[in-house]
Amino acid sequence: MSRKEVVPLLIGVVLVVVAALVPYVANGYWLSIALTAMMYIALSTSWALFSGPTHYISLASGAFFGVGGYLVATGMSDYNQSFWLMMAISALVATVLAGLIGLATLRLSGVYFVIFTLGLAEMIRNLVSWVQNNFLGSRGLYVLTDFTEAHIYWMLLAVATAVFIFGWLIDRSRLGFALKIIGNDETVARHVGINTAWTKVILFMSTGFFAALVGAIIAPRYSYIEPNLVFSPELSFLVVIMALLGGTHRLWGPLVGVIPFTLIWEAISIWIPNFTTLFLGLAFLTIVYFIPNGFVGLFEKLRAKSRSWQ
Amino acid sequence: MNVKQTANLLGQVAARSVAAVVLLAGLALNAHAADPIKIGAVAPKTGPLAGGATVTQWPNIEMWVKEVNARGGLNMKDGQRMLELIEYDDKTNPGEHMKAVQRLATQDKVDFIVAPYGTGFNVAAAPIYAKYGYPQIAVSAISDKMDELTSRYPSLFFTLGTTTAFVNGVKDILVGMRDAGKIGNKIAMVNVADAFGIELAEAARPIFKDAGFELVYDKSYPLGTPDLSPIMKGAKAAAPDAFVAWSYPPDTFGLTEQAIIEDLDVGAFYTAVATCFPAFGQKFGSKIDGVFGAGGVNPDTDKMKAYFARHKELTGKDADYWASANTYVSLQILEQAIEGVGEVDRNAVTQYIKDNTFDTIMGDIKFENQVSHKYWTVGQWQDGVFRGVASSNMEGAAEIKEKSGWN
Repeated sequence: MSRKEVVPLLIGVVLVVVAALVPYVANGYWLSIALTAMMYIALSTSWALFSGPTHYISLASGAFFGVGGYLVATGMSDYNQSFWLMMAISALVATVLAGLIGLATLRLSGVYFVIFTLGLAEMIRNLVSWVQNNFLGSRGLYVLTDFTEAHIYWMLLAVATAVFIFGWLIDRSRLGFALKIIGNDETVARHVGINTAWTKVILFMSTGFFAALVGAIIAPRYSYIEPNLVFSPELSFLVVIMALLGGTHRLWGPLVGVIPFTLIWEAISIWIPNFTTLFLGLAFLTIVYFIPNGFVGLFEKLRAKSRSWQ
Repeated sequence: MNVKQTANLLGQVAARSVAAVVLLAGLALNAHAADPIKIGAVAPKTGPLAGGATVTQWPNIEMWVKEVNARGGLNMKDGQRMLELIEYDDKTNPGEHMKAVQRLATQDKVDFIVAPYGTGFNVAAAPIYAKYGYPQIAVSAISDKMDELTSRYPSLFFTLGTTTAFVNGVKDILVGMRDAGKIGNKIAMVNVADAFGIELAEAARPIFKDAGFELVYDKSYPLGTPDLSPIMKGAKAAAPDAFVAWSYPPDTFGLTEQAIIEDLDVGAFYTAVATCFPAFGQKFGSKIDGVFGAGGVNPDTDKMKAYFARHKELTGKDADYWASANTYVSLQILEQAIEGVGEVDRNAVTQYIKDNTFDTIMGDIKFENQVSHKYWTVGQWQDGVFRGVASSNMEGAAEIKEKSGWN
């Protein structure tokens, strides 16, 4: 490994250690904010691994998140299975689901994919309700565990770390190289012999896997699961906006989008509670008109400018 | 100025500063005695549950704080203390809800918190209430898992009843009408395909069957569906004697409207949540005379009459004919427990709630294993008022009125 690679790795290790210590210093309130931020760091970073290089905007995070939360709740509440088993099953189910969806839609051009993923969470929510109503019945799904917020936070940190390691490995692999070529010009990629459909499907499956894991981990925090609470379209939009705000062309880009966004969101919730949706819109306009490459792009542009003056 | 003079001067300054600090501290102490008691509240003001919360939850909190402050505050050991309300919108999102409760507990450092609105939110927030020792007197939470929940969370109380109790309330009414020869034994049942509706329909199937009823129609519809006419047409075609809908607020209105359009001819018509809302009565007027719904009140007691009048006067809104009163009762219990203890000691207040009987607008309330068994289960619209006709341990149930068409 060259020095250029060791330094970011060391910074990463230090950041993970610092993040792991948060529950020891933060009180309940700040921990719950850190938990929310950690959830979106994992979701947005994993989202950006697929959408960053391919430019396919996926609004399916809410669907996979919901699959994770809902399966954990059903398994624990109705079938007395352990949390860990259900977490593994839900991640597997979401990965297979993402694979099927990917195969069906990723051969299409971008806009069809966006529309399909937008409807996906709603479709799965209705499907789940239909199955529950006609075959399973329901007595209310309770996820009662002894996990504290600190435990849930650490689990999310572990998932986020795994996303970063996965992203780092992808970046160094043939797969990552293939993705970059697809992002630049899909026709060229096909002509040089890259199986573009499979490359995209594999990455899309990884976002399904991680989003379901996050949903599964959040389920004990919600304690009582209803389909319309876990299959939330708002979640899908928040993930996209936070990732774009940070910048998707660097692995750590979404990270610098999530943290300020979560803090501003919280401040608005306290001081002007009815303006969070307006803020969401403004953030989106800012991205489109002023910082198309996110904070990271802005930062890199400024640095390039200051260098050219020297 | 020599060294000694300087030292002297500094000494004087120091002495005066100390005096000033002591004086300030004294003032602060005095001020502390009259410090308000901070009450926190988190419930939906936006999102899917906001419609219910702005009828049932928020007006009662507003009313209670106004009332207590109008008489000078709560009577504590160190004199009267006013209430200060800090409220947050949870946007009907459990994650937001928990953040807001944490904020109340650790940033605003409130003394007590009004229990959340909705079953899911009460269950989700219970660990946080338990962690900080806040007594949580849940109202708008109906569950069949109360035993497990209360043994897990020692400061959690339930007041509105169980799923099974609600179904049994409806069954008892229907059995009574059948035995009196007013209806036959054919029931058409529909439910909203969402947690609450599915749960009630699941519980109802065996209960109705065991009571000797025949389900001639059993269908569900998705949450938020705008077109309920096929459901009502299907129910009518099955020629039932009674119609039961485990419904949510929007479809309670929708189904009733369709029943009027289709002129569904049944001896008993029941819709679940929101039948008790004043808006329901205002919308349909005399047409819904005789309609059954979840909840109910006994509006004839002096205390309830006074409650309805004060609710209208202080909040400008009409109380609903069910959980509004229960919500206010939960605040009365909290108030009496705080005054009974006489100081802001949350563990003592929780213990006080477990040990004592409370004088409320719904009569005396006492908790057995953190659950109160006094509540209405079925109400009926009778001449513009939604009266309780079936209950668990409530007095003053009205006679059932026979339904005659949709006029």
